[in-house]
Amino acid sequence: MRWDWIPTYFPDFVDGLIITLQLLSMSIIIGMCFAIPIGLVQVTGPRWLGRIAQGFCTVVRGTPLLIQLWLLYYGIGSLFPSIPWIRESWMWPYLRDAFPYALLAFSISVAGYEGEVMRGAFKSVPKGELEAARSFGMSRFTILRRIWLPRALQNVLPTLAGEFVLTLKSTPLAATITVFDVYGVGTVVRQETYRIYEPLLFIAGIYIVLTGIIVLFFRWLENRVPRAV
Amino acid sequence: MLDLFPNLHYLSFGEGGWGPNMLRGLFSTLQIALGAYALGLTIGLVGALGKLHGGPITKLLLEIYTTLIRAVPELVLILLLYYAGTAALNSFLEWMGQKPVDISGLVAGILVLGFVMGAYSTEVIRGAIRAIPVGQMEAAQAYGMSRFTLLKRITIPAMIPFAISGLSNLWLIVMKDTALLAVVGFTELAMTTRQAAGITRSYLMFYLAAACLYLLLTLVSNVLFRYLEKRARRGQPELA
Repeated sequence: MRWDWIPTYFPDFVDGLIITLQLLSMSIIIGMCFAIPIGLVQVTGPRWLGRIAQGFCTVVRGTPLLIQLWLLYYGIGSLFPSIPWIRESWMWPYLRDAFPYALLAFSISVAGYEGEVMRGAFKSVPKGELEAARSFGMSRFTILRRIWLPRALQNVLPTLAGEFVLTLKSTPLAATITVFDVYGVGTVVRQETYRIYEPLLFIAGIYIVLTGIIVLFFRWLENRVPRAV
Repeated sequence: MLDLFPNLHYLSFGEGGWGPNMLRGLFSTLQIALGAYALGLTIGLVGALGKLHGGPITKLLLEIYTTLIRAVPELVLILLLYYAGTAALNSFLEWMGQKPVDISGLVAGILVLGFVMGAYSTEVIRGAIRAIPVGQMEAAQAYGMSRFTLLKRITIPAMIPFAISGLSNLWLIVMKDTALLAVVGFTELAMTTRQAAGITRSYLMFYLAAACLYLLLTLVSNVLFRYLEKRARRGQPELA
């Protein structure tokens, strides 16, 4: 085993780590912004909207993320160059870059998987608490903000921790559409140094540490949430 | 209107169509998924029993196995296990005085994914076995059943209702994870799609077609597992 390549490639790995963390955090934030309404409309709200949300979750969860990623980047992405006005617009530099496609794909994935989690979460909040809130004269939005959402999130914190670890573990897929995250940098190192195992073990170590951080962060968060019942 | 699919005939089964190839890809995806799932369940059952009844060293080793496998991305694991596995096998064969072999993509894919799935199913099955009321196993022991008979007649049948939803999730995961094997170059559905899309330059159409095929597999599996779950849980109170 040789590890003397680490100092040479260390700056690249730092860059890759930043990309991985950006991709992870941004897709979780964007994805959760959609997951909450997607879960909510399946529990309350009009029937047809719930059906659409359910269908969205089924499609996202029923197809491999790799295919979704390639569909967006190679499929949709290949349409843009043939449309002249897009090439001249301000969007073009972004549409040529792979990162926005990866971000979109991962956000959709988070929205689909966590939408399903949030559906269960909203359902699990005891009816009595919501009725109590209503009898206090809270508006529907206030109930959601003060009671329903916090209680739902509190119930599924452990599940979300597991889900976000899964999201972290799927970020290397972005390397297949030329995003240079930690895994992508590792691939370059493997090609340039002809070492097979060491770069793989090194990135495996990085992901183990990141997983540990997510798990510990959520454990801390769970302990901070007061459990009155 | 923008004509999205001017080359729909590429999907056909006739001259110049990729239909047969796509179906062949789908078939190898299914083969890998089924093989890996079966292997994963076997590892999972043995691992769960080891975690529950094994000695301290067995427990520690299994804990390391399940923790590490579940913390490292599947893509990295597939590469690591594929290279390390073939290298280890070939050096073992050399030591035995045999010629090194070239492992077929199918077998390697099944072994690698099965090993990964084993870690997940160990946890699912362990939880399910622990959910069985202790009295049932004690009653079986009181009847003088041997450990193997106990496993066959009581533990496994009683565990299945608790495990089935977790196991059906695992099946969906393993089916989607077969797509990752395309990155290492195995010819399954995702790889075939990639080749077809690259050659015909109808990227959108082929990736959509592949997505539909995977979705179809998922939907059919959902129906099957719902039936299995109903069967496994018959006579038991409904879950909340």
